[in-house]
Amino acid sequence: MAPGAWTVTGIRAAVAGGDLSAREVCAHYLDRIAATDGRLHAFTTVLREAALARADEVDARPLLGVPIAVKDVICTRGVPTTAGSRILAGYRPPYDATVVSRLLDAGAVIVGKTNCDEFAMGSSTEHSAYGPTRNPWALDRIPGGSSGGAAAAVAAGQAPASIGTDTGGSIRQPAALCGVVGLKPTYGRVSRYGLLAFASSLDQIGPLTWTVADAAAVLQVLAGPDPRDATASTEPPPDLSRLFPGNVRGTRIGVPRVALADGVDPEVLDAFGAALAMLSDRGAEVCDVDLPHMQYAVPVYYLVAPAEASSNLARYDGVRYGHRAKLDGAAAGVSEMYARTRSEGFGAEVKRRIMLGTYALSAGYYDAYYVHAQRVRSLIRNDFDRAFAAVDAVAMPTTPTPAFRIGERIDDPLAMYLGDVFTVSANLTGLPAISLPAGLTQARLPIGFQLVGRPFDEATLLRIGDALERDAPWSDERPPAFA
Amino acid sequence: MDTQYETVIGLEVHVQLRTHSKMFCSCGADYQLMPPNTRVCPVCLALPGTLPVVNSRAVEDAIKIGLALNCKVAETTKFDRKNYAYPDLMKGYQISQYDVPICYDGYMDLPGDPSSRIGIERVHMEEDVARLIHIPGQDGEAGHTLMDVNRAGVPLMEVVSRPDLRTTDQVEAYISNLQMIIRYIDVGTANMEEGSFRCDANVSIRPAGSTKLGAKVEIKNMNRIRAVTRALEYEIARQTEDVKAGNRVVQETRGWDDEVGVTVSQRSKEDAHDYRYFPEPDLPPLRIGASLVDHIRSELPELPALRKDRFQQSWGLPEYDAALLTSSRTTADYFEQVVRSVGAMAKGEMSAFAKETANWLNGEMARHMNNDGTTNVFDTRIRPENLAVLVGRFGRRELNNAGAKQVFGEMYRSGADADDVIEQQGLQQVSDTSELDPVADEVIQANPSAVRDYLGGKKTAVRFLVGQVMKATRALEAEPLMKELFEYRFTEGNGLAGHSFGNLFIAAMSGVTGNFEQAVSESSRVLKVTGRIVPSTLWTFG
Repeated sequence: MAPGAWTVTGIRAAVAGGDLSAREVCAHYLDRIAATDGRLHAFTTVLREAALARADEVDARPLLGVPIAVKDVICTRGVPTTAGSRILAGYRPPYDATVVSRLLDAGAVIVGKTNCDEFAMGSSTEHSAYGPTRNPWALDRIPGGSSGGAAAAVAAGQAPASIGTDTGGSIRQPAALCGVVGLKPTYGRVSRYGLLAFASSLDQIGPLTWTVADAAAVLQVLAGPDPRDATASTEPPPDLSRLFPGNVRGTRIGVPRVALADGVDPEVLDAFGAALAMLSDRGAEVCDVDLPHMQYAVPVYYLVAPAEASSNLARYDGVRYGHRAKLDGAAAGVSEMYARTRSEGFGAEVKRRIMLGTYALSAGYYDAYYVHAQRVRSLIRNDFDRAFAAVDAVAMPTTPTPAFRIGERIDDPLAMYLGDVFTVSANLTGLPAISLPAGLTQARLPIGFQLVGRPFDEATLLRIGDALERDAPWSDERPPAFA
Repeated sequence: MDTQYETVIGLEVHVQLRTHSKMFCSCGADYQLMPPNTRVCPVCLALPGTLPVVNSRAVEDAIKIGLALNCKVAETTKFDRKNYAYPDLMKGYQISQYDVPICYDGYMDLPGDPSSRIGIERVHMEEDVARLIHIPGQDGEAGHTLMDVNRAGVPLMEVVSRPDLRTTDQVEAYISNLQMIIRYIDVGTANMEEGSFRCDANVSIRPAGSTKLGAKVEIKNMNRIRAVTRALEYEIARQTEDVKAGNRVVQETRGWDDEVGVTVSQRSKEDAHDYRYFPEPDLPPLRIGASLVDHIRSELPELPALRKDRFQQSWGLPEYDAALLTSSRTTADYFEQVVRSVGAMAKGEMSAFAKETANWLNGEMARHMNNDGTTNVFDTRIRPENLAVLVGRFGRRELNNAGAKQVFGEMYRSGADADDVIEQQGLQQVSDTSELDPVADEVIQANPSAVRDYLGGKKTAVRFLVGQVMKATRALEAEPLMKELFEYRFTEGNGLAGHSFGNLFIAAMSGVTGNFEQAVSESSRVLKVTGRIVPSTLWTFG
């Protein structure tokens, strides 16, 4: 584009498209003013320095104009934030979550809030009070959960990126089932302030994107210390933009073979093997690792997460915000108000977990359940620490099966819980994990390939992921109905 | 109290900290005088998604309390959630400390009772709840409840004693000493009436000599120190009666009804809450460095018990005065500044000066501060070195009691120098007797009955009349004329019946001057009421 022919809309497109920086545009005009105003004298003041500084500021906004969808468990000021629950129908928070402020500061545009299992409790997004989300690859199937809306939106091209939350796999599992990239950062990498807590020691916010580089770009904006979250790391994140193109030569990837022996769909296993082979071809060293306590991860998770949830959800009592049951007559006391409000406001899965958690924390059971679970949790972390002495990342399928049909497991919570077998370990240990597209089944359902990394080493996961993405023949596959 | 049984009492005291901000958010903690719900934010309102952040000042204050109570400080401590549902509890759980309190294993020696050392089991940090105001319904209408969230999240420290208290006197001493310590180390107001210091008690009785603890009853709802002692006395009697009647005391929680004067069962052991404590996942464990503890220890003020001893030893103060002075850290500091401002003195002289200073601080100063609600003596307008001047001149009898109080009042009001006030108000020496004249006149006019009494033979009436003159003029004992006059009436009071007060004065004057003519003239000079001072007879005097 010749400078003389620049137009407002042309400049906007060039800057947005990355063809020109705002500084270059600004410098061009400042130079032209300098060269011509001696003859013309059109200006009384020229703001050379201030204009360039402002242009730099605009250029520095890493997500300028990028539309992003945000899971409905993350607070957006003045915008309904329901957590997929009736108890928060119409609730509008008076503040933005830290991640939302950071996205806005980075120039992103929030296009909407995405559907999820109620309070992020579920693996299918069927447990939303506002109806299930469908899988864009097969509309009769679940998109995974709990960040099902966030994953489906990216897969279907409704937004280039979305923000999800992951307590036991809620970013990675739907990313896998919808064929997109889903990153759960290390616990503490991203502030939880403004995330409606499900299980505080497990919850983590992260991006769902179409590409690994995009996940890195969004994480770069989300990550960093936050004085409002005491569990957020005080270490700023490294520059994640220099990782690409990802090189895996000499990178050691461990596989917990024993854990894959049973209950994994053969097509999932094949895809997993194919992805490993591709990385191996690129120079990665693949070996076995032993994670003997990972077999207990699901039971441990289903004690710890509900225990914390039972306490976290106590604040939804109808007193200050959200749904309050309409009581007849003056005789009704506060206990009845609580009971009716919560009975009406919460769905079955949330009630189930509140009861599980309350039980696990009760006098006489606390030591046998909660304390014991926390001990096993430490053992699982020790397994991973030992593994990371030998490898740079641990690889597993994200899920044992591809997306199931809506309604298929709704009456079988245990089957639903067991689907979390490969994802919950990363939450129990706080380790970063990523799910990458690993091709499609014959029925054209996406399969996920998962990597778990060392604490705060998202970089290695992104680097390996980028290498896989560059080689993978499926990387350009889109859900046919939304292509 | 029946000597057959021994009472065992342990106290759980909640102390509100006077930190700038709340325990887990940046809202101001100064809720007491604020309009309802003006000290709230998403965090203390427990809006969805909010997280607590520990107020480091509150942690330091907790350590201060612990050190002042001779506790050990945990190297690593943590917070726990105490889960229960009530509308004053925003999150549905209180962030507290369960099994690893920040301070533990300390003791308090009760003042004036060196043999009784009360164990301090723990000091832990938690947060206050919102205030609920129940409005009863009228005319059959349903009542309702108002909520003020200002108090929610204000830092609370719980100080738990061991069951080492045996009498209500000890309980009273423990509470007032704890209040004093809290104020001394400047972490709270420790005021029971305003709720910044709340006390629950665990009481049980057992056969004297037994070492086994009986079933304990927890008493709540005692809002004044007097309520604590009354409730405990009631409860001890109730339990003793129960046991004597052959019944077993039931472990339960009882509430004190201050109006009726009884404790009422609130909750049995079976109904006790299961708080489902578990570690607060939103707050990482706190590591408390030895250097922080050392620093706080080094900054701790000399505590009242030690300071009282030192005041007694250094200045020979009586224990009562020393205890009163040192019960407030600022008053004790102020006292030290007053006595240090006067430089070297002989020991006896210094001791007298210190005692006089104590009198003024514990007397006039306390009275004035009490009147206008000042709590810190350094907030008054009187500077310590200035009070030292007043006390010094008073001690040298340059001012009488009333005059010195007058000077003090003016200093308190305006902050003026003692010397200036004495000068301006002419309180030092009333050398110009003309000032006395109209006053004496007024006194005579205003007290006819006293004049009649005196003239009727009631000797002491003259003391009253002269006193009135002196009070009104703030005249000084050092005024020679008045002093002699004063003495005179004791020796020459007889035989004056039938004379007016003017005669009395003249009589007094002639007694002083030894000469009637001179007495008349002196009286005129003193009273400047010549026209009225007419002796009715001359012969009575010789």
